[in-house]
Amino acid sequence: MTIGWLDPTMVVLVVPAIAALVLALLPDYRQSARFNVLATIVTFGAALLLLGDRPAAGPYLFVDDLNIVFIVLTSFVGCTTSAFSASYIEHELATGRLTPLYLRFYHAMYQCLMFAMNLALLANNIGLMWVAIELATLTTVLMVGIYRTPEALEAAWKYFILGSVGIGLALFGTILVYMAARPVLGEGSDAMLWSALIGKASAFSPELLDVAFVFLMLGYGTKVGVVPVHAWLPDAHAEGPTPISAILSGLLLNVALYAVLRFKILMSANPATIAPGPLMVTLGLISVVFATLMLFGRRDIKRFFAYSSIEHMGIITFAFGIGGPLANFAGLLHMAMHSLTKSAIFFAVGQIVQVKGTQKIADIRGLTESHPLLGWGLVAGVVAIAGLPPFGIFLTEFLLVSSSFAAQPLPTIALAVGLLLGLSALVLRLTGLAFGRPHGARAKAHASFAPMFAHLGLVLLAGIHLPAQLVIWFQNVARLLG
Amino acid sequence: MDHLEFDIAHLLAGGLVLVSFMLLYQDRLFGLINIFTLHAVVLSLSVGWQAFAQDAPHLYVTAVIALVLKAMIIPVALHRMVQRLHIHRTLEIIGGIGPTMLAGIGLVALSMVVMLPATATADPLAREDLAFALSVVLLGLLMMVTRRNAIGQVVGFMSLENGLILAATGAKGMPLVVEISVAFSVLIAFIVIGIVLFRIRERFDTVDVHALDRSRGERQ
Repeated sequence: MTIGWLDPTMVVLVVPAIAALVLALLPDYRQSARFNVLATIVTFGAALLLLGDRPAAGPYLFVDDLNIVFIVLTSFVGCTTSAFSASYIEHELATGRLTPLYLRFYHAMYQCLMFAMNLALLANNIGLMWVAIELATLTTVLMVGIYRTPEALEAAWKYFILGSVGIGLALFGTILVYMAARPVLGEGSDAMLWSALIGKASAFSPELLDVAFVFLMLGYGTKVGVVPVHAWLPDAHAEGPTPISAILSGLLLNVALYAVLRFKILMSANPATIAPGPLMVTLGLISVVFATLMLFGRRDIKRFFAYSSIEHMGIITFAFGIGGPLANFAGLLHMAMHSLTKSAIFFAVGQIVQVKGTQKIADIRGLTESHPLLGWGLVAGVVAIAGLPPFGIFLTEFLLVSSSFAAQPLPTIALAVGLLLGLSALVLRLTGLAFGRPHGARAKAHASFAPMFAHLGLVLLAGIHLPAQLVIWFQNVARLLG
Repeated sequence: MDHLEFDIAHLLAGGLVLVSFMLLYQDRLFGLINIFTLHAVVLSLSVGWQAFAQDAPHLYVTAVIALVLKAMIIPVALHRMVQRLHIHRTLEIIGGIGPTMLAGIGLVALSMVVMLPATATADPLAREDLAFALSVVLLGLLMMVTRRNAIGQVVGFMSLENGLILAATGAKGMPLVVEISVAFSVLIAFIVIGIVLFRIRERFDTVDVHALDRSRGERQ
């Protein structure tokens, strides 16, 4: 079966692309917000259809067990975030932070970003995937700088420069992979297709693959936010609109990590290469420890949760670095749980910033008293992200630590220390934010609470009972990752 | 492999590395922009030669893009911007010229040590090209870290990107090279437009990226 125009694979790409064009032309922001939600719902529906019947791999696009997980997750979070954004962004207009024209641009870019991420996930061609990730970088740069304050421009500039260098290095790695594949698969696009590369990887030159992986890990790792190359991440999260912070943390980091995972599979398919595990474990550990230490000194609430994202991307990188069915399973599940939880937290944070009129942690007090729903939502989100039961992240962290302890005791102890540090920093800040005597502005919350509680409900559900079908699914993918 | 073809490709790729070194020690904005123009010309010659040697006509497109965009439009735009913003002054090179050049030599040696053994099985043309391309990429990175000035960093990034295009054209028969070079051109255009539109000078009274740090939320 080839990929036709009405195939769900195409719908997942075409709907956001057309929606971006339409949104660029729609003048009324209320309509465009609604249209934005509608487009993401259609995309999500098409992504669900992909679960059922899966088209055969084409020369550009393909769907397999690994990327389908990401596509469904991306389109789901994209969908809920657009619903949150629709109720959130109106207030930004009222306070004069955005003009209607910028809002139009914002909605068009939102769909553009969804298109780029879906394309990166669906791409069968490693060059096409690179182009898609570059497009995603460009659109998010524009979104981060949308408020046009000096801080926002600086954040956008920094993200731009670091992101460009990152994808530049990733391109070099991509070229090297092609060079390694060319003698085996011949010239032309076959040597850039995942579906062709995986089967023949054992015949590739191991030296070239080694060098390529270092470039790819550092290049795409810049977008993942692993520590030596993370510097853009906190600024970009803090200065952009909050729905974009949710998308960045919840989705874009995952997409970049997906790219790294693909190349890791390629490496594992060739026994003569150096094992990619130790490099990923080291980078992951450094990220976890550094980010948790940085959590203590933060004064800006969005920056605070951005460092928490670095911590969690570090945990996931660590898990995939350890490898094996259990750790991979934990890593995949953690990825999904983190996406849902962190975007829920950013939904809460966006509202908090709107009602309080500030991002300074010191000026936000006693939320559970002044805004009970919002405050308890934040408490639930932070308890979940800190890895406390009964939420899903507790499950994955427990699984990861217990499974990797047998394989790598020393790094696992370091990881556990990092996790505990993160937990204490989060609880410490949470008590100040959520409890005590409220002070400061007490404006009513405008945006909808539904997306936040929907995400948290799913994470809670996963923590209490994971459906057997889902477990089998994730186990299959974990085996694929080697 | 014809010997002459190989020699000319080698010469042009080596020339690109040499021009990268010239960029490294330029401490005047106009000088920097002019040398970058030379860099782009050498790149487009090199890509054009690869197109001829590999008999791959689509690579001529990449060569023309490099020539028109990077050797003409961007240098002119940067020139006008420097004049309009009155920032033609000497630039600071962090760490000084001498140590920077030594570090550059070290990086070239590193890329030879890394790439030549790794590509032992590849054909010699691609092999040398890749080693030179990696040198250009690393020198571009070095240039970016030794400059605080926004335009200096952008020129560093563009030279890095030239190295990537060199690598992509050296990989014989690689598909999507033209598309990738177009995608990169879009990126670069965005960067240049970004400098102009964001009016970094007007906002911060300088194009020194270091000054931007002060406006950051957490350093009050």
